[in-house]
Amino acid sequence: MPHYLDHAATTPMLPEALEVMSAHLRDLGNPSSLHAAGRAARRTVEEAREQLGRALGARPSEIVFTGGGTEADNLAVKGLYWARRTADPRRVRVLASAVEHHAVLDPVAWLGANQGALVEWLPVDRLGRIDLEALESAIERDPESVALVAVMWANNEVGTVQPIREVAAIAGPYGIPVHSDAVQAAAQLEVDFGASGLATMAVSAHKIGGPLGVGALLVGRDVTVEPIVHGGGQERDVRSGTLDAPAIAGFAVAGEIAAAQREVQSKRLAGLRDDLVAGVTAAVPDVVLNGDPGPEPHRRLPANAHFAFPGCEGDALLMLLDAKGIACSTGSACSAGVAQPSHVLLAMGLDAELSRSSLRFSLGHTSSDADVAAAVAAIGPAVERARSARVSVEASRHR
Amino acid sequence: MRVLVAMSGGVDSAVAAARAVDAGHDVTGVHLALAQNPKSFRTGARGCCTLEDARDARRAADVIGIPYYVWDLAVRFREDVVDNFVAEYAAGRTPNPCLRCNEKIKFSAVLDRARALGFDAVVTGHHARLDSGLLRRSVDPLKDQSYVLAVLTRDQLAHAIFPLGASTKGEVREEAARRGLAVAEKPDSHDICFIADGDTAGFLRERLGSLPGDLVDTAGAVVGSHDGTFGFTVGQRRGLRLGVPAPDGQPRYVLSISPVDRTITVGAREELEVHEIVAIRPVWNGPPVDVDAGFTCAVQVRAHGMVTRADVTVDRDALRIRLVEPQLGIAAGQAVVLYSSDGDTVLGSATIAQTRRSGLALRA
Repeated sequence: MPHYLDHAATTPMLPEALEVMSAHLRDLGNPSSLHAAGRAARRTVEEAREQLGRALGARPSEIVFTGGGTEADNLAVKGLYWARRTADPRRVRVLASAVEHHAVLDPVAWLGANQGALVEWLPVDRLGRIDLEALESAIERDPESVALVAVMWANNEVGTVQPIREVAAIAGPYGIPVHSDAVQAAAQLEVDFGASGLATMAVSAHKIGGPLGVGALLVGRDVTVEPIVHGGGQERDVRSGTLDAPAIAGFAVAGEIAAAQREVQSKRLAGLRDDLVAGVTAAVPDVVLNGDPGPEPHRRLPANAHFAFPGCEGDALLMLLDAKGIACSTGSACSAGVAQPSHVLLAMGLDAELSRSSLRFSLGHTSSDADVAAAVAAIGPAVERARSARVSVEASRHR
Repeated sequence: MRVLVAMSGGVDSAVAAARAVDAGHDVTGVHLALAQNPKSFRTGARGCCTLEDARDARRAADVIGIPYYVWDLAVRFREDVVDNFVAEYAAGRTPNPCLRCNEKIKFSAVLDRARALGFDAVVTGHHARLDSGLLRRSVDPLKDQSYVLAVLTRDQLAHAIFPLGASTKGEVREEAARRGLAVAEKPDSHDICFIADGDTAGFLRERLGSLPGDLVDTAGAVVGSHDGTFGFTVGQRRGLRLGVPAPDGQPRYVLSISPVDRTITVGAREELEVHEIVAIRPVWNGPPVDVDAGFTCAVQVRAHGMVTRADVTVDRDALRIRLVEPQLGIAAGQAVVLYSSDGDTVLGSATIAQTRRSGLALRA
């Protein structure tokens, strides 16, 4: 029986979300059409918008539906940069944490390479947490020149939770907008957009039990972002493209259930995660738990466990566990499928070798004791085998 | 057996993987990522290393129904194949990187890792047969790859499976189409996978810089100039840009390369003839040969070259190979592969160190 421990990559759809979305797939109507069918589709979208707003602490008008989390992050980073620079050409500095997901990291780097942005990567400590003093001094050096700040809510690899409200409180007095990628946080932490002080926040449906292919950027009422996708202007003139009403409906149901069950679910998953960490540590005594050891939920995502297995290649471990029906992740993968040393782990001060020996296990709403037990049972022999593989390959290297 | 198939994204390895499944093996597909920056190879499409190839391999694995992974061997490939390729040219020799890749990557780095991870053998789509541990030619003489596999040791061959040796390329393509593999019509790879534009001299110049020197004839007269001996291969005729015509008006060829004094010696076609080869670092992986008394066999000196009869004597770790019929333009650094007298079964291989024309001194 397969054991899925990669919920941070994507988590199964909640049955309620699947049901609502499936039902709406039969509906006819473009939400932008003016006739009865169009109005019905529009109603589906707007009800979903309100439902999702309640779940995320946002006004309905603050929700801009997108084609996923990556698009939402791109819209925030580029859209804020362009809008802020247009309003004042001095604003060219982009301050972003060094541990952002590629959906933020790459657009920030692109702005630096192609749009005249001066990019400053904000350092993190050994646990992956942003250095607030570094942020403060970077802003204070010349507040007028800062276009935006980007700090993710919780890290997708090591699960470290960032002090988002403090970040927003530092930037707020200068009127500098802060974007946060809350894609991983949304299912497990309370992400109250209204109380956060953020200008924009990205969420993704399929990470919280909704469908793939839909996400949202929450954009504060007074915040201006330039569009990156031009067309019919369906979403607040900020995002164009016919709205996917069935997926949006499924997204909203997932968001509502995730919010309603968050406290109970997070506690349950943290318990399972602690069992996993204890079991893996017993099986592999020299394992290193990456990221913040807790306690939750202020410091670490409850469903995340991220380990370095010294002397192993992460991809060999993944393959051995996969053969035993256990799904986990080595972290971010490039398009050819080759695992690069993680920029997150490198920024945390791990060396390239230890970072290549890392695996992420992430739990979700379908996770059970049996999943944890299977992973714990498999990890010892897999590590032993991966270590011997490493040794024999090194030994043959200059044969 | 638990076997690992090296899937390049081409038609051969896809069919090899499917046949391994049919043979009852527990099969896992692995694509070897050999380029450190795959993006730089996207436009190359010369048989490996491109993102398109990785995708093709993945799709073939899906269709066959086997797990698929990418193994990053870019550092090993650079060290053991690319750097070696450059160093060999810099030393005036002509390396064969495909052979080197088989020896150091596919049947060393990959095989060692696979065995340590619990696999029994590595399967590839090479066109060659393995018959009771003996390496034999493919039934398709045009596609036979026994030459580039002949460097493998008995132990390496004992853990290799080549499912395609009894089929022609045409049969493999037909089978791929029948199995619904999209790579059935994919063009064959050719040239050197890590030189995407095919400009070997440019690739070497970029890495070795300009090292100008003279082209001289066999009498020592300067007849031209060059900006690096690495741009030349023994036997080469084109691109010599000679300033002085040959006295007999006949084309001239590269006879020898001397990187130390940066000299390329050119001469007439008949001066290219080689009657004797000295080869080093022999690998004996075939049926036993009489190393004490010497033996007669068939030899091949380049990947798609002619086969000729030869008398071989063994002096410790060097082979002296007397060719019954002279061969043209044999370059140091290439492999000489020894086959049984019928030309079918590999006896062993060695690296060409020196060559000699009848009655003349050995030359490197």
